Amino acid sequence: MAETLTHIGHTEPRPTGWRGIAADWSSDQRAFKNVSWGKAMMWIFLLSDTFIFGCFLLSYMTARISTRVPWPNPSEVFALRIGGSDIPLILIAIMTFVLISSSGTMAMAVNFGYRHDRRKTAILMLLTAALGATFVGMQAFEWTKLITEGVRPWGNPWGAAQFGSCFFMITGFHGTHVTIGVIFLIIVARKVWRGDYDLGRRGFFTSRTGRYENVEIMGLYWHFVDLVWVFIFAFFYLW
Amino acid sequence: MVDITPADGIPPAEVAEVELYHPHSWWTKYVFSQDAKVIAVQYSATATAIGLVALVLSWLMRLQLGFPGTFDFITPEAYYQFITMHGMIMVIYLLTALFLGGFGNYLIPLMVGARDMVFPYVNMLSYWIYLLAVLVLVSSFFAPGGPTGAGWTLYPPQAIMSGTPGGQDWGIILMLSSLILFIIGFTMGGLNYVVTVLQGRTRGMTMMRLPLTVWGIFTATVMALLAFPALFVASVMMLLDRVLGTSFFMPAISEMGEQLQHNGGSPILFQHLFWFFGHPEVYIVALPAFGIVSDLISTHARKNIFGYRMMVWAIVGIGALSFVVWAHHMYVSGMHPYFGFFFATTTLIIAIPTAIKVYNWVLTLWRGDIHLTIPMLFALAFIVTFVNGGLTGLFLGNVVVDVPLSDTMFVVAHFHMVMGVAPILVVFGAIYHWYPKVTGRMLHETLGRFHFWVTFLGAYLIFFPMHYLGLMGVPRRYAELTDMTIMTESAHHLNSFISVMAFIVGFAQMVFLFNLIWSIRHGREAGGNPWRATTLEWQTPQTPPAHGNFGKDLPIVYRWAYDYSVPGAKEDFIPQNMPGSFGPSREPA
Repeated sequence: MAETLTHIGHTEPRPTGWRGIAADWSSDQRAFKNVSWGKAMMWIFLLSDTFIFGCFLLSYMTARISTRVPWPNPSEVFALRIGGSDIPLILIAIMTFVLISSSGTMAMAVNFGYRHDRRKTAILMLLTAALGATFVGMQAFEWTKLITEGVRPWGNPWGAAQFGSCFFMITGFHGTHVTIGVIFLIIVARKVWRGDYDLGRRGFFTSRTGRYENVEIMGLYWHFVDLVWVFIFAFFYLW
Repeated sequence: MVDITPADGIPPAEVAEVELYHPHSWWTKYVFSQDAKVIAVQYSATATAIGLVALVLSWLMRLQLGFPGTFDFITPEAYYQFITMHGMIMVIYLLTALFLGGFGNYLIPLMVGARDMVFPYVNMLSYWIYLLAVLVLVSSFFAPGGPTGAGWTLYPPQAIMSGTPGGQDWGIILMLSSLILFIIGFTMGGLNYVVTVLQGRTRGMTMMRLPLTVWGIFTATVMALLAFPALFVASVMMLLDRVLGTSFFMPAISEMGEQLQHNGGSPILFQHLFWFFGHPEVYIVALPAFGIVSDLISTHARKNIFGYRMMVWAIVGIGALSFVVWAHHMYVSGMHPYFGFFFATTTLIIAIPTAIKVYNWVLTLWRGDIHLTIPMLFALAFIVTFVNGGLTGLFLGNVVVDVPLSDTMFVVAHFHMVMGVAPILVVFGAIYHWYPKVTGRMLHETLGRFHFWVTFLGAYLIFFPMHYLGLMGVPRRYAELTDMTIMTESAHHLNSFISVMAFIVGFAQMVFLFNLIWSIRHGREAGGNPWRATTLEWQTPQTPPAHGNFGKDLPIVYRWAYDYSVPGAKEDFIPQNMPGSFGPSREPA
């Protein structure tokens, strides 16, 4: 918008400097031009969710730097014994690889969604969901392994009790996010497959029609969950 | 759907019309409604109902403080439970829910010229989860051991130890679960409010034309979306400490001579998380009040708001600053002197935007055509009360002054004035102001004036003496003050006096409730715009507004919300959707 409309009908020159910034942000009808309601809502939700994960991670860091008991060594705790030798962080490396790959398939699904290629979009979304489910499955395996080795939320054989508490809480909360994502990926994939977005079929609960943009909004959530994992990986496993 | 060419200075429609959900039955129209206006009434009714519980709890506390030893059923444990639930209900389940869920839902779509919130279904879920949170909270009154008595701040380690009521029973578990539910429900609603303001405005409605009510609620909602996560995390962690025996907040500690299983946790971490939420929460309650009171003053003084831009920046500035002051609640927990210096400085800086707002309200009144209607009376009462509570905030914001005053009745007086009485006065003013739009009828005038004077004067008679008690050193949160040497006889008399006033003010609220219910049927017919106001909610074709708010076409906005008494105009107000030029408007370019 080059100029601002006034109540008199004629236009005024566009303000410059800080006023210009304020005028842009507060401009007519929408602050973010060409951003749909759904996409705006997802971004703002993710901002709020960032604060949740931020608080979790900061609490974990506080617990870890303030404990007087040694913190268990992640390289040893998270090692797997394969072929007679302990390979540190191997499982977590595979999990991270799987989750990052799922971001790739998600991005491809968004691309094909905007081309209205229903088949490829749905297959790629289901592939993303499968990779996500694999991630959760491996996490369940990791939990099982740690639990059989005696790690509990209230204690563990190697050191600070907060190790188990933080580990189960943060990975559990992240795993819940992934699981919810998998469920919604399957729901959206079904809608794409059925052609809901082409036929203008209404949602069962919302009675609103959807668009292929929903695939992208779903993707925003999925990439966010991936990004959070990168931080959990860095702060929990590599520290 | 989207027209391209602007005609006669009307900007092109950028926002496509979305088909509304149309209810099919009585159930989907009034109970599981997706209409923001119905959801607003549901939120308000639920908040008022639970608020009444908190009011009764305050009476019970005053019974004990004013007449110690007279009422056997108020044991120290029960007193702590009353104090905890009173605080938590008032701050979160009443004020937050009423301002954002109630006023936000009703006013945002109407004031920005939208048909509804952007995602009505999610909005509906928000209310039902809020209701569930309230029910879980109420259930703790009936749980074994009763509700938690940890104080509304729920500080560990005492919150989950057996010496605290509900600490090793159900009380604290239900409290934390209820908070978690509240936050989930609020997030669903809050996302709706924010996106509706940002992306769902009608043509011509730039954000710099939004009524300040919308600015206040909008900023408060953004803050809530960023502050509640800290409370969410703190609640989850404390729940794990209590249920699974983790030690996030629990240090090595012994109880009744027995070493507990906990070890190595940090109670201070909880305080940081809690107050990172808790301080913004003060402004989550205050900013909507600031916004609403600005509109009340401008409308009832028939004058444009003074310094609209500054008012907006002050709201945004206060919102931002309130995220960097939280540790001023923790001076007595101990901290590095530099931190105390930092938090005292940021705290005092907030006085600047706040003072700008107060001056602008006063300057709006200056030489205005002041109508002493009931909403105006409440607005004026708000200004003096807020100044009052704000000034004691300057005392408590300074480390050296805070430390001796900490945990005395002075603090109680301060926060009740600034975030209890002041916002509640705005709530009342706003109800008297918008009730005609919600129901189509006016509230009864005489009952309203009675309600105002008793509430306003009574609130001062309750909380003003508390300052003196606090300066004498009378501690807060003590169930029994009888044998303390600092409690002189006159202090005891003052305490009894405060209690009597509390009952009188509480009684006035019953009159108000009666007025609310009675006027639905018997109030004077209000018409569409009884206050001759400019904002869009008063320009709806029907009163109460029908589903979809406006008629076939959404209104188009040509001016800001404050064109009152424009020289040369036929009336002393020009609605926002009135086209044409009428003379020198004071709208900032």
